[in-house]
This record gives sequence, structure tokens and C-alpha cells, in this order.
Amino acid sequence: MFSSRTQGGVVDRSLVRPRVEVNLSTFSYLFSELIQYCQARVSNIGELERRLDIVGFGVGVRLLELLSYRERSSRRDLKLLDALRFVHTTLWRYLFGRPAKDLEQSNNAEDEYMISDVDLFITKYISVPKEMGHLNCAAFVAGIVRGALDGAGFPSRVTAHNVAVPGQSQAKTTLLIKFDALVLQREQRLPSS
Amino acid sequence: METINAEILTLTYGSIVRQLISDYEDVDEVNKQLEKMGYNIGQRLIDEYLARSKTTSCSDFKEVAERIAHVGFRMFLNTSARVAAWAPDGRSCSLILEDNPLTDFVELPEQLRGLSYSNILCGVIRGALEMVNIDAECSFVRDSLRGDDATELRLTFVAAAPEAYPYKDDD
Repeated sequence: MFSSRTQGGVVDRSLVRPRVEVNLSTFSYLFSELIQYCQARVSNIGELERRLDIVGFGVGVRLLELLSYRERSSRRDLKLLDALRFVHTTLWRYLFGRPAKDLEQSNNAEDEYMISDVDLFITKYISVPKEMGHLNCAAFVAGIVRGALDGAGFPSRVTAHNVAVPGQSQAKTTLLIKFDALVLQREQRLPSS
Repeated sequence: METINAEILTLTYGSIVRQLISDYEDVDEVNKQLEKMGYNIGQRLIDEYLARSKTTSCSDFKEVAERIAHVGFRMFLNTSARVAAWAPDGRSCSLILEDNPLTDFVELPEQLRGLSYSNILCGVIRGALEMVNIDAECSFVRDSLRGDDATELRLTFVAAAPEAYPYKDDD
């Protein structure tokens, strides 16, 4: 099914190439169409976020592969914290041009972590109508993170939330990452280095 | 102008196409849906094009095609197209894409031969032209994803919609 039909197919091309920039609006138009497309097929906000998450997942799995080869010389992380650091630093820098603002562990659950940031370009031109309250289109980014973690062998549930920051008018986006039980069990078996 | 890494656009577009394929399970429907999405984008994108490019209106269809190929593609995809193969009556031409950022990392499997992967571009052009009163048709004739040696869009002028000003006020 995936055999290359043409000689010199896509896998023969080098992954190291000059970075090409493209107008942010182009992405925003496309993303807006994606949201409208999804919205026409769902009945509530949760489903809409799930659909955005699924599309993001496809991006995340591929980004993991691309970045592991390109920026980490084919190295893949085995430890949970390293995987999170990959998301927080490498993946984030690739997507947003800087590492995420915060990476923290939840106070009440040891399998929950949070990555927070403000001003994600994904949602730059999106204003959420009042009746759709807590919708955060960064669900797409949550999907990307979930895809990257899943591909690395860290299945998890990732959700995007708006969190008000005291003293600031703009809410920050927090991705809540809850790892599967098997990830933590494995983590305990791994020798700590 | 704010920009992002083009690969993010490429991967996002790919993921959307995959989602459409799994939703519709029919290649023709996917092609249609992509065109429709593009059409919606085109209708909005023309505003940004006019505001940013600071061009005056085109005098004929030849100029329209040139502007799409050189200004439009450059502005929104950071690539450019070559205008070629004009019909003798000057009503249709080909836009040949040297480099299509949407198809980076992409290979079509055999069973999706009929998929016009970048069909969204046809919709964008049609939608944008409609907003400046030009009815045009646009479709892919060659696609390097299908093994052709180049990617070629055929752009055909259909009609110029008459401008209907509301003259009532100052008759």
C-alpha cells in the first residue's frame, strides 16, 4: 500500500532542508475551515474538541518522527520526564518558535502534568462566541501533543483548557496531560539514571 | 507579515485531507469538499490580497492570471507559479507550480489515484475571483503526486459578472 510508485519518492528526499516560512493567514484560513467542517458534524463542544484533537493527533505522530530524525539525531526518549521535555522544548520551539512557558506536575495526581503558554498562533484570529463558553481551539495542539507522546510510547489523554491568570486580561492555555497507568508502571521498572 | 513554519501548514493540511477521506470514504466527495473549503477561503482571502498587494484592478484576464501566479501564490504559499499554454482566444491558461508546499511529505497510495490532493487551491482561486466579479473555473490537469512530471492547474475564464451598483441614491 505504501510502496513508492516513483523512483526518488518522498522517503528518498532529505529531511534536512532550509526552513520555509508561510503567511500565518494561510494557516488561519485553513484552520478556520477545519473548525467549521468539524462544527457541522458535532452536537456539542466536547465533540468538536475531540474532532480537532483527532486531526492534531495525525500531525503530532508525524512531527515526532520528523523532529526525532532531524533535531535529535534519531534519538528517542525512554523516560517520562524526557518525553515531556521534548514536548515542552523541541516540539514547542518547532511549532511556536520558543519553549512553552511552564511545565509542571499536578499537585493532586502524579500521572498528570501541565504545559501552559499564552499567545498560541493557532488561536490568534479566533474569538469564541459567548454561548460556546469554554471551547478552546488549542484542542488541536492538545492533539498534536497527544500524537507525539503516543508515538513515543507514552499513551495519554491530553486536554486543552483556558486558565485565567490573575492580573492579566488574557487567559493562558493549559494542556493537561494524564498518562496511562501502564506508562507509570513502566516508569517505576526503569532504572533511574 | 507574521509567518509560521510552512511544514506546519503542510502537515495540518495532510491531516485534514486524511480526516475527509475517512469521513466520506469516497474520493470524488473528498475532492468536492476540498474545493468547497477552498472556495470559502478564497472569498475571505481576496480582501487580504487586495489590502496587502496594493495593486490596481487588472485590465484583462492575462493580467489576472499573472497576478495570481506571481503575487497571490507568493503571498499565501511563498511559492510562485508559471503561466503557460494560453488558449488562442485568451480565455484559458495553465498555472504550472514548480513547488507545491502542500504536497511536501506526501505520497498517494494506489487506491487514492483519483484524489486531487491539492484541490483546495482550485477552490481558493475560484472563490477569490468570484469576489472580484470574475466567474472562472479551475481544475488540476497534471499533478506530480500522481506521477506526472509537473503540477498544472487549468484556469478558464467563464464570464465577467456585471457590476451592479446601487445607483438609486443619485439618479
